[in-house]
Amino acid sequence: MSTIEIRKVTKAFGEFIAVRDADLSVAAGEVVCLLGPSGCGKTTTLRMIAGLERATSGDVVIAGQRMNDLSPQKRDIAMVFQFYALYPALTVRENIAMPLYHEKLSSSEMASRVSRVAEILHLREILERLPGQVSEGEKQRIAVARAIIRDPNCFLFDEPLSRLDVELRHSMRGQIKAVLSNLSKATVIVTHDQLEALTMADRIAIMRDGLIEQVGSPHEVFAKPDNVFVASFIGTPQMNLIEVQFKDYSSGKATVTFDQQDVVISVNPGVARLRPGKVTVGVRPRAFSVVPNGTVDAIGAMAELIEPMGAETLVHARTVTGSDIRVVVPREMKVKPGEALHLVPDPAQTHIFTDDGRAVRA
Amino acid sequence: MAYGISIWERLGIRKSSGVSEAGWGHTAFVALISFIYFLPVLFIIFTAIKPQGLALSVPPTLSPTSLLGLIPEQFVFTPTLENFGSVFSRVMTAGSQPEATGFDRFFLNSIVIATASVVLALIFGTLAAYGFSRYPLKGNDTYLFIILTTRMLPAIVVVIPVILMFRTVGLSGSYLGIILLYTAFNLAFTIWMMKSFFDELSTDVEDAARIDGSSEVKVFFKICLPQVVAGLAATFVFGLILTWNEFLFALLLTGPDTRTVPVAMNQAVSSGGRGTDWTLLAAIETLFLIPVFLVTFFLQEHLLRGVTFGTVKK
Repeated sequence: MSTIEIRKVTKAFGEFIAVRDADLSVAAGEVVCLLGPSGCGKTTTLRMIAGLERATSGDVVIAGQRMNDLSPQKRDIAMVFQFYALYPALTVRENIAMPLYHEKLSSSEMASRVSRVAEILHLREILERLPGQVSEGEKQRIAVARAIIRDPNCFLFDEPLSRLDVELRHSMRGQIKAVLSNLSKATVIVTHDQLEALTMADRIAIMRDGLIEQVGSPHEVFAKPDNVFVASFIGTPQMNLIEVQFKDYSSGKATVTFDQQDVVISVNPGVARLRPGKVTVGVRPRAFSVVPNGTVDAIGAMAELIEPMGAETLVHARTVTGSDIRVVVPREMKVKPGEALHLVPDPAQTHIFTDDGRAVRA
Repeated sequence: MAYGISIWERLGIRKSSGVSEAGWGHTAFVALISFIYFLPVLFIIFTAIKPQGLALSVPPTLSPTSLLGLIPEQFVFTPTLENFGSVFSRVMTAGSQPEATGFDRFFLNSIVIATASVVLALIFGTLAAYGFSRYPLKGNDTYLFIILTTRMLPAIVVVIPVILMFRTVGLSGSYLGIILLYTAFNLAFTIWMMKSFFDELSTDVEDAARIDGSSEVKVFFKICLPQVVAGLAATFVFGLILTWNEFLFALLLTGPDTRTVPVAMNQAVSSGGRGTDWTLLAAIETLFLIPVFLVTFFLQEHLLRGVTFGTVKK
């Protein structure tokens, strides 16, 4: 079976711990994205799976076999590199065929396999050129072709789309997704682009400072972030995170002190377990509704900066005590700088995080 | 007419915007500077084709041709190839028959010794450089620095102990001795040059080859080496020039059979008790220039890429 599993994998470079106790399993046919900011250890994790880095501790299991001590060529994997890593001295055809040279195939078999993947990835016309003579998008497709020409245990992608321009990125995202869905292999994609992760992955593993913070479906990590980091990392515009004093809870409502006034907000019943103290309230910019002045328990803020985004408008507003709140309002609503806004958060989309950053869930 | 290209640009008279061929003014200026740089070499070549007596004539003869009357007649000499003949065979003592000078042998020596030592240094140095670049040791930079220290002493300081050592082990005067010495000298330079070339390569390509099933040996020969051809060419030419022109060690460590051209040149021009024969010296020098000139010429394309390597982000 084509599966990948890493168990308690740690990678240390001298004193620096790049990846700490990472656990992740990828089922056959599943696409998992490792998502995180630069330097969070996602590429190191991928390189440990590939065998290009040695895990300091923990197990790397591919297709049910522990592979820690095997070199990359013995792991039977295919990888697409960020900068494509095409062999500059070989033609496109030779580049694509490179993984086959070690399978000792007949030359007719090799030729037919090359022409099959060249067909899938529209590379027919450029097979005889050198990598220096093709466009970025073509290089990317050559790299993918080289990966799918064999029948490996799993696929690894390191920032596969980061070098393409926006338009090409959209179309390649779709193409890669289509190619992968036909192959039913375990696939790991490293990316720092959340849109890429949300659109391509079956599950997303969000990493920070060498730790996997949350693993879940794109819907889960967006709707139910485990902690403040995931909440702020996923979703654009970023979630509003407001520090408040939690006072008490009764039947679905929490009383919090904010801007020196008590506000009652609807929350999930898990909040009942909390003791009074500092908590963080997280509300996505699209989860506010703008209400008329005088509505009970509304948060007051002054619009400062208006950013039209096409279908919607992003408003940066400031509360009395100076907290910044981002609100997305429909395009029809004309907000002017200096205008007072009264906001009520959607109870279903209001997240409460404890002082140590963990989400409180029912 | 194509949009945006004026007739002047097409004729090469006006520069189009952006990177393009320079105008005539710039070209003429660079040509002038190049000519000044080339003057000493030109002077040697002209001296080599002058009749023997004119080398030190006053007023000096400057050109083999009057350039269609541009240069006055008293500065023009009649070119001759006599001097080149004298390099290999000439009258050694007044009145006797011409004798072989042995310069054919010395040229062969120079070619064999320089080529062998530079190629050997390139082989060992490239392997070492790859190791230093890809499998760094603890204290990698210290080792590299130590390798460089072998080139920090002036040759004159090293030469006495080297002579004594070579005498003791019997390498003095042999091909092996001088080739080993030059190889050792070129090695430091080769390792540093080639390491910087390997450092510039993207290791992703090597990783991709590993994943595609290549062994480490294959990664080196099939993936890395083809990417540093320019570096190999540049290192080869620089090493060749250094070795080709080396004088001090060759003077003290080669015997009559293994003598190289620079040493033989020194001895040839001052022999015979007739003072320095300048036209003969110029003829030897002209011949001496040719091999390096040819190598540089044929590797020119690689060389340019080699010496500008890393200055442009790919």
